[in-house]
Amino acid sequence: MEIKEAIEKMGFPIIPDEKSGAWQWFDVRELKLRYILSVEGIKKFYEGLKEGKLLATKCKCGRIFFPPQKDCPSCKKSEMEWIELKKEGVLETLTVIHVRPTSFSHYDPYAVGIAKLDDGVRILAWYRGEPKLKPGQRVKVEIVKRKEGYLTYELVPI
Amino acid sequence: MSEAAIIGVGHSVFGTRRDVNIPELCWESMKKALESANLEPKDIEFFVVGNLGIWSSELAVPSIMAEYADLAPKGSMRVEAACATGSAAIRVGYTAIKSGLADIVLVLGVEKMQESPNPNVIELIGRFGSYFWEFENFGLTFPGYYALHASAYMMKYGATEEDLAKVAIKAHYYGAKNPFAQFRKEIDVATVMKGPYVAWPLKLFDCSPITDGSACIILASDKKVKEMGVEEKVWILAQGVGTGTANLSKREDFTSLASARYAAEQAYKLAKIEDPAKELDGANVHDCFTIAEIMAYEDLGFCKRGEGYKLAREGQTYIGGKIPVNVDGGLKAKGHPIGATGVSMAVEAYKQLLRKADKGRQADIKNGRWLAHNIGGTGHYAYVTIYGLERR
Ligand SMILES: [Zn+2]
Repeated sequence: MEIKEAIEKMGFPIIPDEKSGAWQWFDVRELKLRYILSVEGIKKFYEGLKEGKLLATKCKCGRIFFPPQKDCPSCKKSEMEWIELKKEGVLETLTVIHVRPTSFSHYDPYAVGIAKLDDGVRILAWYRGEPKLKPGQRVKVEIVKRKEGYLTYELVPI
Repeated sequence: MSEAAIIGVGHSVFGTRRDVNIPELCWESMKKALESANLEPKDIEFFVVGNLGIWSSELAVPSIMAEYADLAPKGSMRVEAACATGSAAIRVGYTAIKSGLADIVLVLGVEKMQESPNPNVIELIGRFGSYFWEFENFGLTFPGYYALHASAYMMKYGATEEDLAKVAIKAHYYGAKNPFAQFRKEIDVATVMKGPYVAWPLKLFDCSPITDGSACIILASDKKVKEMGVEEKVWILAQGVGTGTANLSKREDFTSLASARYAAEQAYKLAKIEDPAKELDGANVHDCFTIAEIMAYEDLGFCKRGEGYKLAREGQTYIGGKIPVNVDGGLKAKGHPIGATGVSMAVEAYKQLLRKADKGRQADIKNGRWLAHNIGGTGHYAYVTIYGLERR
């Protein structure tokens, strides 16, 4: 039963529960959620993707951050150098998301993996390939365009 | 410094609770807790509400309950730590008593997850890790997080999907004996194995359900316990707390939860426990997914790393085994109303230690110590609490 129909029938936006018959008030105030997140501090990362590069930040103290981070808690400096990762490593774990969030329902079930890149950092991304996990599986990172039309990165078995 | 004792407990029926709204659901457990502590709302000095609540309508639950249950104008606080919200609420109550700021604190955990349609709950619950780098970009779900642990664990140690199924079967075995549980039906390996994949390798029966429920405990200081002459009580002996990185890719290992190991180490040190499987009478561990219970056995030192699945395979965590775990049905069968779960574990510790558990699920109480392991997210938060009959 739709809310409008319920109001007509019951006099209120009340729909009895299908199973128990308990009266449920259906909220008339609907909320759509969309966040606005700042990527100003890591905009080089997106410029890099456009050039086919996977970029990380590297602090003067030597610490590498991926996902890129603007500030270094080790030495408390914020003077980062942007470095290009080699885009190869070993797949450490994998899953296939069958029950998808509504906001991802326009995709078929997708595999998500975590790989440790040869540069020492780990990366979480979609995995394109037969979803089987075996020890030492080498993967590369490919920069691809996703369904929504913007660039992202994926793990692909080598 | 005062110690804190649980002097009253209450628990609502967990499940799909379309018959009650938020304050009515809260009152179900609060009323029982007040009655078992022999207290009136006016006796409560401070109260804490554990509630995540993004899926439900009322945001100001402490005020809602101040109004509904005559707790105004007492001080209060709403606490959130994902699925460890209930234990975080206990943490606040416990520290309030230990510090001497309060002598009687009510801790309430509540969640009405079914005020939102299932798809919305799935959408919202997947956002607990690193929202931007995991959810927004790659649509990782909550089962997906634990599935990443399950496949890494299975690859490293050779555990199978049937081993995971054993955890679910035990949960349902005891859930069937718990009148407050959401699922009260036993299942077998075949049932689990033919379930559809939610996030490979986890299937439907590897996952805890979406639940409405509330649980409540009342904490009292040494002074109050003495003054009131409380006979039935359970002390909080120790609590360890840990936090993990938001993004899973920032972690070294996917076969264990570092934050849980850290919290356990603190709790054992404070409670002077060296061999937990011998010195505890049982435990409630956070089995939001079957793999989580197996990792918990290891993170809590009930067995060596890599041997947790063997405990499940051999049935060593049933009553009569090495150490009884989740003999209330666990999150898997009892249900997992996020904010209430940690408080529900405390209620179970109280019942078990005072030998008040239902027929067929009462553990043997020899040491007078029970452990609760409550995880928020995928080790994003970890609370390990040790309850005991004897004051520290
Ligand atoms: Zn640095």
